[in-house]
Amino acid sequence: MGRKITIEPVTRVEGHGKVTIQLDPQGTVTDSRLHIVEFRGFERFVQGRPYWEAPVLVQRLCGICPVSHHLAAAKAVDVIVGAGTGDGLTPTGEKMRRLMHYGQMFQSHALHFFHLVSPDLLFGVDADPAIRNVIGVAIHHKDLAVQGVMMRKFGQEVIRATAGKKIHGTGAIPGGVNKCLTTQERDEFLKGADPLNVDKMIAWAQAILEFFKGYHAKNADFIDNYAVFPSSHLSLVRKDGALDLYHGVLRAVDSEGKKILNDVDYQDYLQYIGEEVKSWSYMKFPYLKSIGKKDGWYTVGPLARLNTCDFIPTPLAQKEFESYKAYTKGKPNNMSMHMHYARLIELLHSIEMIKLLLNDPDILKDDLVKKGTKQSEGVGLIEAPRGTLFHHYRVNENDQITMANLIVSTTNNNEPMNRAVNQVAVKNISGRKEVTEGMLNMVEVAIRAYDPCLSCATHALGKMPLELTLVDANGDVLGVVSK
Amino acid sequence: MSELQFTIDGKDCKAKSGQTIVEAARENGIYIPTLCNFQGMKPAGTCRICTVKVAGRYQAACTTPAAPGMIVESNTPEIEDMRKAIVEMLFVEGNHMCPTCEKSGNCELQALGYRYTMLAPRFPYLWPVREVDAHAPKIYLDRNRCVQCLRCVRGIVTGDGKHVFALSQRGNKVGIDIDAQLAAGLSEDQAKKAMDQCPVGAILRKEIGFAVPIGRRKYDGKPIGSEV
Repeated sequence: MGRKITIEPVTRVEGHGKVTIQLDPQGTVTDSRLHIVEFRGFERFVQGRPYWEAPVLVQRLCGICPVSHHLAAAKAVDVIVGAGTGDGLTPTGEKMRRLMHYGQMFQSHALHFFHLVSPDLLFGVDADPAIRNVIGVAIHHKDLAVQGVMMRKFGQEVIRATAGKKIHGTGAIPGGVNKCLTTQERDEFLKGADPLNVDKMIAWAQAILEFFKGYHAKNADFIDNYAVFPSSHLSLVRKDGALDLYHGVLRAVDSEGKKILNDVDYQDYLQYIGEEVKSWSYMKFPYLKSIGKKDGWYTVGPLARLNTCDFIPTPLAQKEFESYKAYTKGKPNNMSMHMHYARLIELLHSIEMIKLLLNDPDILKDDLVKKGTKQSEGVGLIEAPRGTLFHHYRVNENDQITMANLIVSTTNNNEPMNRAVNQVAVKNISGRKEVTEGMLNMVEVAIRAYDPCLSCATHALGKMPLELTLVDANGDVLGVVSK
Repeated sequence: MSELQFTIDGKDCKAKSGQTIVEAARENGIYIPTLCNFQGMKPAGTCRICTVKVAGRYQAACTTPAAPGMIVESNTPEIEDMRKAIVEMLFVEGNHMCPTCEKSGNCELQALGYRYTMLAPRFPYLWPVREVDAHAPKIYLDRNRCVQCLRCVRGIVTGDGKHVFALSQRGNKVGIDIDAQLAAGLSEDQAKKAMDQCPVGAILRKEIGFAVPIGRRKYDGKPIGSEV
């Protein structure tokens, strides 16, 4: 008789999910799925609310990357208030938002690597789970743990200074921001007491990147051959092809690097992106329409961004990017564990961007908001820590939201994560007589590489087919009812 | 105007003849919480958050005139708990989603909730179904947040004496309605006045939301009542 292995909950990820792995009588993996078992309903209950509430309301989806939702929604309502499609704000408005966003990127990437991933690398994926956690890191690698905590704190303080609060702030408003930085706030970040200043953060970001590269050199087989599969990649890029996490055009490349979405305006995303719903998960499956449901899936996030962009517009990260690209001879990187490598390059880029913005006099000016002719619809895209985040709203003549569509970063990675799970399950569990905790953690390691935020990603409201299957004692299906 | 003497919680207070207990308390440096009361507006006594005890009887301090020799109990554990219960009732009988409300930080009901350290209400939530009225060009009326204080009904009047807001229905269905025609003629100043007079986030000026950053809102620095 076959067996079903369930990993629930998947640990050291944001949100709640479970994995099921189906084995046949010989112990061979026949199927595997990552299920997202939370349900959210923001797309529905934002309807009827005034559009200016969207950036504050919809960010409540998440306590991990609310800044990304805050800014994506703000970019969408910028369009509605006639402030342009992402590049029409005042210099202060745009730079304060960017500062907020790079603060978020920095703290989120630091959290993911230090708190969630480092236990696997420091202790081994099959180490005793009692040690293989963030407390174990704090006990056995105190310096690294302190760095992780302080880097996260620095990013959170940048968010507080720009958004008003570290979590769920109100800084981005339609057409701009509600505050600029004071010189005191700026100087605190530039010259704050050790270690909470930007130069120390840059040094630490470089150090953790070196740590990873050292680990990679010693464990190339693991990092290079774990959950590797060809994938398309999608992200925003700046119009000149640079990595830009706040704004740009939409670009996708296939597993060989050929452009399959060529720098299009994201206001027209519905022409290019479709979403499929499956009965066993609250998470939708996006795909590129030009390729179709079956093969149109793609990866987003750090790996995808470094596969789509041509260069990184900050010097230290660019230098790292060059050696990163050289490793795959300029071709797209399809190695899931290289997601960590790419994420740490972005960590460095983010803190370089923070320094550039802090030294820009525009962030101290008080020309905060710009508005124009009102529109009835707006789309806002941003590169959230976990990947491309889509917010789309329509409003009526009374300023109420009538339609909201969110495609969340983790949703975009739904198919790649399922593939990663399947590949690791087949490789490590198939045919084994005994399934150990370490083997199951190997599945989680693959999911963790994508840094999924599962709570954000569940929006299949009203589109989930409900299916009831009646099974007798022998397991024979007596009937199926669906609606 | 003649002056009279009375006490609040044993403290000697002076009041002018005709002054309410709330007004007199404020002038004597004593805070009695209010919600429906608004300076310069005739008191209505609808919310009862200002309830005090006078000669063993509960009275709304915003409508009761101070009297010579009156002995007022205000800051007692019993009355403070009753006020907290009123705040809790107001929260459970509406749909008050502070985290996403643009009045957050400037909201008197929220500020009272903080003052009384309301953690979870002792009463069950009613989750009433209430309609939003977004038809007026300058004002957004969100009945989910209304506490029926009647400040808008009493205070927002056109130049020729017409009331822009009115109560409709009765009992637990009572709510505020807006006269569409009069609302369409509201000036920016009148719309701002309507929003400022609303103690909660039920009346909002359109397209202004969240303009004041966190940290600079009315109750970010000091709790409600600290101005007395």
